[in-house]
Amino acid sequence: MSETQEYVPNVIKAEEMDPKFKYEISKLPGAEKLMLCFQCGTCTADCPISRFNDFYRPRKIARMVQLGLKDRLLSDDALWLCSTCFTCVDHCPQNVEIAGIVRVLRNMIVKEKGVMPLVFKELASNLLKTGYVYMIPESRHRRREQRGLPPLPKPNLEHITKIFEITGFSKILENVKTFEKVKS
Amino acid sequence: MSEQKYLFFLGCVIPYRLASYEVSARKVLDKLGVKLVEMSDFNCCGFPMDPIDHELALTLAARNLCLAEQEGLNILTLCNGCFGTLNKANKTLKEDKKFRDKINGNLKEIGMEFKGTVEVKHLVHVLAEDVGFEKIKDAVKKPLTGLHVAQHTGCHLVRPAKHVNHGDDPENPTMLKNLIRLTGAECLDYMDETECCGNPIIGVNEEVPFQMAKEKLEHVRAVKAQALITVCPFCHMMYDLNQPRIERAFNEKIGIPVLHYTQLLGLAMGFPREELALNELRVKPTELLSQIQE
Repeated sequence: MSETQEYVPNVIKAEEMDPKFKYEISKLPGAEKLMLCFQCGTCTADCPISRFNDFYRPRKIARMVQLGLKDRLLSDDALWLCSTCFTCVDHCPQNVEIAGIVRVLRNMIVKEKGVMPLVFKELASNLLKTGYVYMIPESRHRRREQRGLPPLPKPNLEHITKIFEITGFSKILENVKTFEKVKS
Repeated sequence: MSEQKYLFFLGCVIPYRLASYEVSARKVLDKLGVKLVEMSDFNCCGFPMDPIDHELALTLAARNLCLAEQEGLNILTLCNGCFGTLNKANKTLKEDKKFRDKINGNLKEIGMEFKGTVEVKHLVHVLAEDVGFEKIKDAVKKPLTGLHVAQHTGCHLVRPAKHVNHGDDPENPTMLKNLIRLTGAECLDYMDETECCGNPIIGVNEEVPFQMAKEKLEHVRAVKAQALITVCPFCHMMYDLNQPRIERAFNEKIGIPVLHYTQLLGLAMGFPREELALNELRVKPTELLSQIQE
C-alpha cells in the first residue's frame, strides 16, 4: 500500500514505569553506573550492531531502564542482538558498562520469564552433558589420535552438575521456553 | 631465561571445528621453546553462559582457574573468548572480596577454592611478552618478504580495556601487527580494523553478522591484502568457514584467505605446509602459497 501509515503515538503511561527498577538494576554487577548515563548516545553511534539493524539501540535501553519500563524491556527480543564487543563500554564518557546492563537484563529475562533463545539452551545442555558447549563427535577424537594430538581433557561432570544445581540453573534449564531467531 | 611453561586451555571451538589452529600453534610454540602442559580436567570457560546466567558463567570460569592453581601454572589460551572470560573472572575475583566470597561459596560445594595465584594469557601475550620479538625474529628462517596481509585482533583480546592489562590500545591495537611484521610480511592498515566479527550472535540472527563480516572483508580487499590474519577461533570461523555462505547471501565473490597467525608464523619459520594444516582452511590460500618459496 502506498498510503501513509496511520500514526500511532508510542505513549509511555505513568503506570508502566516502575520507579524502583533502576535501583534494583544498579545493584547488580555490571550495571552499577546506570544512573550516570546522560543520554549522549555515543554507545549507539559506535555500536556495530546498531549500524545494521533497526531495533537494537543501547542508549534507548539505558533510558528505558532509568524510566523503569521493565515489562517493555523484558519482552524486547532485540536485547539478544548485542554481540558483546564492548565498544560501548570503552567509549562511554561516563564509564557506564552498557553491555553489562544488557547482560543483566538478559539474565533477568531468563530468571523471571523463563525464556531464552534456543541456541543458549542447546549450548547449556551440551555443557551439562559433556563439559564442552558443542557435542564433539567420536570421529573428532579418533582424528586427533590419528594426527598425533593429545586426547582432549575429560571434564569432571559431577562438578559441573553440582555447579548447575547450586546456581539454580538446572531448574531454569528444565522448564525454560525458547524462541529461535531475532528479527533485524 | 627460565623455562616457559603454561597450562594449555584449548576451549570448545578449537576441538569442535578448528584443529588447524591447534596443530599450527603446537608446532610453532614447541619450536620457540614454550612448553604446553595438557589439562586432564576442564570445562567450558563460561563465556557462552554469561548472557543467560552471570553467576553460572563465573563459577565455571573460576573452576578452571582453580585447576590452573592446583597445577601451579599460568594459563595459555588460543581463544579470545576464553581469554576475556577467564582473565576478567581472575581479575575480579582477586580484587573484589565480596564477590570472591560468593564464588568461593559455590566452589566449596565441589571442594575447591580460588586463591588468586595464577595469570591468564592469550597466545599473543605469550609471544609478544614472554617469548619476545628477538627470539621470534631468530626463529624466522624463510621471511615472507613481498607478502601483504591484514590483521583482525578481535574484541576480547583488548576490550573492555579496564580488564585487560597488556598495554595494547583497543582503538589501535598493534601487538598482532608487530608479530606479523616479524614474519617478513607487510601488515596493511584498513578501514574499521577494530570492528567486531559478529559471530557471537549468529545463533539468533544471521543477517547482521553476515553484513558485518562482508563489510570487514571488503575493507581488507580494498587495500589489496592477500590474506586476513586472526588469533581467535570464533572470529576465524566467521571469516573463513562462513565466507562461502556470505558470498551466497550477497551473491558476491569475496575469496580472501583467512589464516591463523600461527600458520603464517609457521610458514616463516620454515615448517612444511602440510604440517601447518593449511589444506584445512575453507578459502584455499593457493595464490598466497604460490608466492612463497618452499
